[in-house]
Amino acid sequence: MSILASLAPAIAQTTEFVRPAIDWHAFAPELVLLAWGALVTVIDLIGGERTRRFMPSLTGIGFLLAMIPVLTLWSQNDDLPRVLFDGAYMVDHYSLVLKGIFLVSAYVIVLLSSNYMAEGDYYDAEYYQLIAASVLGMLVMTSARDLISIFIALELMSIPAYLMAAWRKSDLKSNEAGLKYMLMGVFASGILLYGMSLLYGAAADTRLVEIADAIDTGETTPIFTLGVLFTIIGFAFKVSAVPFHTWAPDTYEGAPTPLTAFLAVASKAGGFVALVSVVLFAFPHQWEIAEPVMWILSALTMTVGNLIALRQTNIVRMLAYSGIAQAGYMLAPLAVYSKVPDLAQSSIVTYLLIYAAMNLGAFAVVIIAARKTRSGDIESYGGMFRYAPGITVAMTVFLFSLTGIPPMGGWFAKFQIFNALLSAETTAATVLAIIAAVNSVIAAYYYLAIAKQMWFLPAPDGDHSPIVVPPALMAAVAITVIVTIATGSVGVGLVGDATDFVELLASP
Amino acid sequence: MEVTATWYLILSALLFTMGLVGLLVRRNPLIMFMCVELMLNAVNISFVAFSGALNDVAGRTAVFFVLVVAAAEVVVGLSLVVALMRRRPTLTADDLTALRG
Repeated sequence: MSILASLAPAIAQTTEFVRPAIDWHAFAPELVLLAWGALVTVIDLIGGERTRRFMPSLTGIGFLLAMIPVLTLWSQNDDLPRVLFDGAYMVDHYSLVLKGIFLVSAYVIVLLSSNYMAEGDYYDAEYYQLIAASVLGMLVMTSARDLISIFIALELMSIPAYLMAAWRKSDLKSNEAGLKYMLMGVFASGILLYGMSLLYGAAADTRLVEIADAIDTGETTPIFTLGVLFTIIGFAFKVSAVPFHTWAPDTYEGAPTPLTAFLAVASKAGGFVALVSVVLFAFPHQWEIAEPVMWILSALTMTVGNLIALRQTNIVRMLAYSGIAQAGYMLAPLAVYSKVPDLAQSSIVTYLLIYAAMNLGAFAVVIIAARKTRSGDIESYGGMFRYAPGITVAMTVFLFSLTGIPPMGGWFAKFQIFNALLSAETTAATVLAIIAAVNSVIAAYYYLAIAKQMWFLPAPDGDHSPIVVPPALMAAVAITVIVTIATGSVGVGLVGDATDFVELLASP
Repeated sequence: MEVTATWYLILSALLFTMGLVGLLVRRNPLIMFMCVELMLNAVNISFVAFSGALNDVAGRTAVFFVLVVAAAEVVVGLSLVVALMRRRPTLTADDLTALRG
């Protein structure tokens, strides 16, 4: 009683709490997904086994419902950008496009998972709830403009993924995948957080814009430099940039394949969004530190990823290393962000969209093929054109797109990256563009080797019985093929006639 | 001698380095996990030290978030370690070789 009495004057002194104004509409996509995820969890708790088989559809509906506020926000173009929570949260075109990418990718991943989870006799209801939680983290990530909210979003995205990577509980490989992913992920979070604490110490604020403003003079303190480096290294782990990539192939191979698609596409994109936000909004004046680091990471990542991908015999591992190489291309515009900030941002977002479509498509084909062959060996893809022509054509679209052959989307994505690099007009950027071009040629070898296997080589066991493709997987392949071809075709229109391209390459 | 924020920052840097080196050197998953916790707590000290020096409340707020996230990570991490240990009682990180290449 006496303690309360002594506190009373202090309480009386504090000003009355006023709730800050909240723009509910701007925050609606996250709220819808959160509410729907909670609802699905409750339905699962009450319904148990009876409602279990509806879980994939319910979760998929949740992702589509969350798309509605994204679209309405997009349609109210004049109100953008909307700033919430004192500048810690921002809804602009950049974040809305990314929210759309994440929600559609998540929907495709649910399509990929439903048969795999049901037939494997796994705990499927919880799996979908964890996916929804992880996607919620990604949605928050796209709008987060504050070190603390970025960190929370990153962990909300990662922690469910640690569990899902180990989902095949009785399989030692899956357990190992989960443990490796978790240890590396937590290690990266530690490094990232230490960098964030140093940034906070140097700038006295956690908002990205305030950090940029606080240190906009030419001279930077050692604390700030260290903060920048630690933050970038922390994110480099998350996007599996070389030399911080070692967890990725192991985790991808051991995890359930639909979850591998989730990690390789959505999770990696989430890491990229955080990296892009922090680098572009918090370090606009620190390019002298950040750009060389990005240059080295990008060059190493694409080269090492491609060289190791060359000698893989398991298609999931090959896609893992190819994903690492693709991350190298995506890092490249960040090596020139001070010269062309807008172009760097838009080219990375374009690449993320197209990368999501073509990579999810490739994983869908891998899952479909494994239903018949029960194997991930590239050799087992022999003769597929004879017994599954539709799947072969779809896979060829994805492989051509990954290689960067027009008019597939992957070509336009790469074009945008080169566009950003060459527009910067520095020697370092041109050298990086050349490295990227050489790497694209190396990558063509292993992508097209799979196409050759499917079209021209005989089936290893002579088994030509057709593959039964469930409707969900068929839908996933259809969505990804359409997006891959449509983005490429639109890209052709945007770029215009060939002379522009030549002129662009010709200008030093 | 007056104890300033710098002392705490040095302590934080030392703890962080211990955690970092420990994670890279030690091979028992549980010990590796403890090293990660050491790193996260070094971060907390750093946040609080800066927060005190700058007289700004954001750093102290950050600590609460870090604590909560660290707790969530422990829950997930320990469950993964237990799942593996059940099958391989004398597990070290060097034994995690089912996946490689």
